[in-house]
Amino acid sequence: MKIFKLIFKNVLRHPLRTLLTFLGIAIVTFAFGFIRTAISAWYAGVEASAQNRMVTLNATSLMFPLPLAYREKIAQISGVQSVGIGNWFGAYYKDPKDFFANFAVDDKYLEMYSEFVLPPEQLAAYEQERNACIIGRKLANRFGWKLGDIVQLTGTIYYGQWDFVIRGIYDGANATTDETAFLFHWEYVNERLKQESPELADYIGWFVIQIANGVNPVAVGEAIDANFKNSPAETKTDTERAFNLSFISMAGTIMTAMEIISIVVVLIILLVLANTMAMTARERMSEYAVLKTLGFRPFHLVSLIGGESLLIALGGFAVGLGMLFYIFKNFAVVITKLSNGFFGIFNLTNNTIALTFASALLVGVVAAIFPAWRAVRMRIADGLHRIA
Amino acid sequence: MANSIVEVRNVAKSYRRGSMKIPVLENITLDVPAGEFMALMGPSGSGKSTLLNLIAGIDRPDSGSIIVANDDVTKLSESRMANWRSRHIGFVFQFYNLIPVLTAYENVELPLLLTKLSKKERNEHVKTALGVVSLGDRMKHYPKQLSGGQQQRVAIARAIVADPTLIVADEPTGDLDKVSATEILTLLERLNHEFKKSIILVTHDQRAADKAHTVRHLDKGELV
Repeated sequence: MKIFKLIFKNVLRHPLRTLLTFLGIAIVTFAFGFIRTAISAWYAGVEASAQNRMVTLNATSLMFPLPLAYREKIAQISGVQSVGIGNWFGAYYKDPKDFFANFAVDDKYLEMYSEFVLPPEQLAAYEQERNACIIGRKLANRFGWKLGDIVQLTGTIYYGQWDFVIRGIYDGANATTDETAFLFHWEYVNERLKQESPELADYIGWFVIQIANGVNPVAVGEAIDANFKNSPAETKTDTERAFNLSFISMAGTIMTAMEIISIVVVLIILLVLANTMAMTARERMSEYAVLKTLGFRPFHLVSLIGGESLLIALGGFAVGLGMLFYIFKNFAVVITKLSNGFFGIFNLTNNTIALTFASALLVGVVAAIFPAWRAVRMRIADGLHRIA
Repeated sequence: MANSIVEVRNVAKSYRRGSMKIPVLENITLDVPAGEFMALMGPSGSGKSTLLNLIAGIDRPDSGSIIVANDDVTKLSESRMANWRSRHIGFVFQFYNLIPVLTAYENVELPLLLTKLSKKERNEHVKTALGVVSLGDRMKHYPKQLSGGQQQRVAIARAIVADPTLIVADEPTGDLDKVSATEILTLLERLNHEFKKSIILVTHDQRAADKAHTVRHLDKGELV
């Protein structure tokens, strides 16, 4: 028999108590992992930002457009390799609650986003058709769309019904790539606007700029913005990362609240496990006294108490992690749907797993500190007196 | 005294209760020859268990010296004291103090986990010890599946399994019926006789004391 066997037997000594604590840790692990994943999903756009891409938008607000004519001027600025255009379309499919991001873009835009992996024949088909669109794999799965399907969107900014033919379904080059976007030709939108709402035509939402390697993005951004200083539509140019950060900062308070909640749930389970371990140690003081009498050292007692605490904490973590994997594998589409597309990228990342593991480890260690300290400090004679 | 396994010299021990100092033992001097079976008797609160704890190295005196198996236990650090206890002392408690989640075999094996013995060697020692206390057929039983007398025999097997220099027993029959108590006393007597183990027994029971070679009485912290 080794110490580990005694630890294992001690864990099973009060099956109901252990089971409840174990389940508590499993549920908290699940909740913690889920919240952290949601936070990661929210910041996924930032993680996916390319180093050599910049975004120019109206200095007043993202809500205000920029003249298309700026494109040529930006393209001439030193360090700029390519300029693409993007426009938030804000349409919905059937039900306004069925939210997903839909953008009008030009071909340069797609060239720059190499993380959208699309078979060449699909890209060619898209480029040849005026009202073609490209959608992400997760979006296709969510609505059951396939190549050739005609999708009718209802505009909320650009009113009316807009028909698109799906000619491409892209996959993300990595886990942080958004696979829920709906992209189509800006020209298609612009041509119709010229006829139906000419005042909106030839305006775009933002420019995406690819800069050459080794070029200082700050200098390029300053050069672009200086170019349009004192014009009717002044610009604000930033790296894509900064742009995405400013975009998501609108929900910064919610994210902060979620981060606090994730820490609070860990603290709560820490108290629960600490209470369990304190009760356990108190009940076993006489046994610890006997072990000490037999010659067991303080580190043996610390191993026994700490081992039991860690076994419960890490066992609960393993079950909670299993629940996370199961849910994410089987219900990712449901989560996206339930969140109205809010969480398009819902992947359990290694960082989240590591953070959850570290939390469980911390809970297991901290919960054992006080009971182990008491057991080590206890005088043998005092411990033996607890028997009678 | 020559050939003493235990030499207690001018030992005093007191406890604090709040601001009050309560003397428990005063100026105790005692010798226990090797191979002795000594009974310590006295009324409750006379200090006999405290003296036993001091001799066994699980408590420390305020003053005086205690030499057991040629080691002055009052001068050992906590760590060395633990190691010393595991090598020299076998304990038998009034309430058996077995670990409830371990079988009789595993309880007896506990002291051997601190040694460098192989699993096979531990197995031999445990079986021998359980054989000595006639519980070879109860190895896989948990304490709750054993009677009080059987549990105390397992405790004795645990006390002797590492072949200690001295066995100390604190009221080992105090929680047992008459028949079981007689069995335990006979067993202790056999350990002393047959296996030449030195034993110090703390007891209230005159029948238990009658089994000992010598009986010392403690009263109000002094040997009388």
